[in-house]
Amino acid sequence: MSELKSKLIKEFGENNIIDAYDELTIIVKAEDIIKSCLQLKDDFDFDTLIDLCSVDYLDYGKSDWNANASQSGFSRARENQINTKYDGKRFAVVYHLLSVVKNNRVRVKTYLSEDNPIIESVTNIWPVADWYEREVFDLMGILFENHTDLRRILTDYGFTGHPLRKDFPLIGEVEMLYDDTLGRIIYQPVSIEPNVNVPRVIRNKDG
Amino acid sequence: MAEIRNYTLNFGPQHPAAHGVLRLILELNGEVVENADPHIGLLHRGTEKLVESKPYNQSIGYMDRLDYVSMMCNEHAYVMAIEKMLGIEVPKRAKYIRVMFDEITRLLNHLMWLGTHGIDVGAMSIFLYCFKEREKLIDCYEAVSGSRMHATYYRPGGVYRDLPDEMPKYLESKFRSKEELAKLNENRNGSLLDFIYDFTEQFPANLKQYNGLLTDNRIWKQRLVNIGVVSAKRAKQLGFTGPMLRGSGVEWDLRKHQPYSVYDELDFDIPVGLTGDCYDRYLVRMEEMQQSNNIIKQCVNWLKNNPGPVMSDNHKVSPPSKTNMTGDMESLIHHFKLFTEGYSLDEGEVYSAVEHPKGEFGIYLVSDGANKPYRVKIRAPGFAHLSAMNEMVKGHMLSDVVTVIGTQDIVFGEIDR
Repeated sequence: MSELKSKLIKEFGENNIIDAYDELTIIVKAEDIIKSCLQLKDDFDFDTLIDLCSVDYLDYGKSDWNANASQSGFSRARENQINTKYDGKRFAVVYHLLSVVKNNRVRVKTYLSEDNPIIESVTNIWPVADWYEREVFDLMGILFENHTDLRRILTDYGFTGHPLRKDFPLIGEVEMLYDDTLGRIIYQPVSIEPNVNVPRVIRNKDG
Repeated sequence: MAEIRNYTLNFGPQHPAAHGVLRLILELNGEVVENADPHIGLLHRGTEKLVESKPYNQSIGYMDRLDYVSMMCNEHAYVMAIEKMLGIEVPKRAKYIRVMFDEITRLLNHLMWLGTHGIDVGAMSIFLYCFKEREKLIDCYEAVSGSRMHATYYRPGGVYRDLPDEMPKYLESKFRSKEELAKLNENRNGSLLDFIYDFTEQFPANLKQYNGLLTDNRIWKQRLVNIGVVSAKRAKQLGFTGPMLRGSGVEWDLRKHQPYSVYDELDFDIPVGLTGDCYDRYLVRMEEMQQSNNIIKQCVNWLKNNPGPVMSDNHKVSPPSKTNMTGDMESLIHHFKLFTEGYSLDEGEVYSAVEHPKGEFGIYLVSDGANKPYRVKIRAPGFAHLSAMNEMVKGHMLSDVVTVIGTQDIVFGEIDR
């Protein structure tokens, strides 16, 4: 682990490596993703892409209440803050790599801006990325350049919108039902009300 | 008349051999598959989106419903991710209970796989034998959690409650004679651990019976040998994990190589295949059942001799005891806060993975310090396996598609999420 860390620091620079919870994260610029992935695959033996996913940082750190917690006693506030090197861009694409040969794991993270959510596809490096990238495109609306078959994968045929984006409502936008008079299935705007049972609370120690 | 040979076949989503709601668009040349395009998402329930809207503990139940034949293993990855971020210590007895139920779950999953794989390929009777044994294990689930499938038994900090001292018995009814009842309850007179121990004593004989039915069976071998061959190198490129990777000859098991819980204290072997065809994967899973049985036995022996707490005493995460709550102000506050607001994790992100019966099941958890997860990504092994479907069936006959679906151990709850 420490050996891998020092090697990674040498290659990617100390500022781009986060070591938290015994996991290593490398922050990579979106335009360097292919170069970095090839390097990780060839020089570090990361032979398997375990997971590829995306995060939408639109509501990051926002809560339904602004709560301040006491400094002592039975505080339920968060203990410490870990620097995630979040640079203000809306989207992140996260790659989880595994080296079966060397028994290592690493996470590669790259940030994408809202106006230009396009990144190069890694399907040529790890073929398994094919469906993962389709899923990210489907649920988060991030485009992958040079992906040969970027179709929707999990949502309905003819679906619009990207459900995992934070501005997509939990209740969805349309509902499907059978219309008796038309004699077929129709889509219409959702009729249910959004309902929050437990508010989202972030308790800050310092207020 | 022009001879038209190539045609497109829509396989599923209601086909019984499609293991749920798989829709395969097959391009056929005669009976040979030229191209297979799986359409998934017919069971998409938006688990990842739903989890973002609930406090941490309320989402454990969603994990059961992902891969609905290996419920507790899914829970394990999720609670492990939370525990990693909280940095709380889990009592050792809880760890042993978890490992025991992980292995019971592996048996549940593999028995289900064996039964349905058998039916798909044409061996009917194996299904009935497998489900007979599965029933006993599901009874263990019920005894410990009250639910036969969706247990919600693992909690951050431990498990919901200790193992029961009494195994529930069959009741008297007018449809059963006294002798029949006594026979049914024969192995249920002791505790749950006695019942499980009794199961592990008998299971090797059952496994031998399954092996006798299939392993050297000529028809079984004709249907499985040299079907869906994946080389070791290609298996890694395709993101295979678990028995799919081991079937191709790669010795890789998270329980051994990145041990979690108490797996490093237990003695077991990892079976590895040679050729990477469906038959090797079958053999790997059969041997895994034997190994799981051994692990369960070791856990039972440990648990019988080591009583103790099964839940962390950090009451920010685990509920305080009822007796304390009635007299102790602090406990009352903890209880109220835990069940209304829940607890908050520190800002950060973790990935925690377990060796799920189907492969590597991982939870990537991002927290912004709130009482609800900011983002949860579920890494389901079946998703990567199914994406290799086209490659595995290309050039094979239509009937082999069913074999490959069976060997991939497809369950749609985890693939569609």
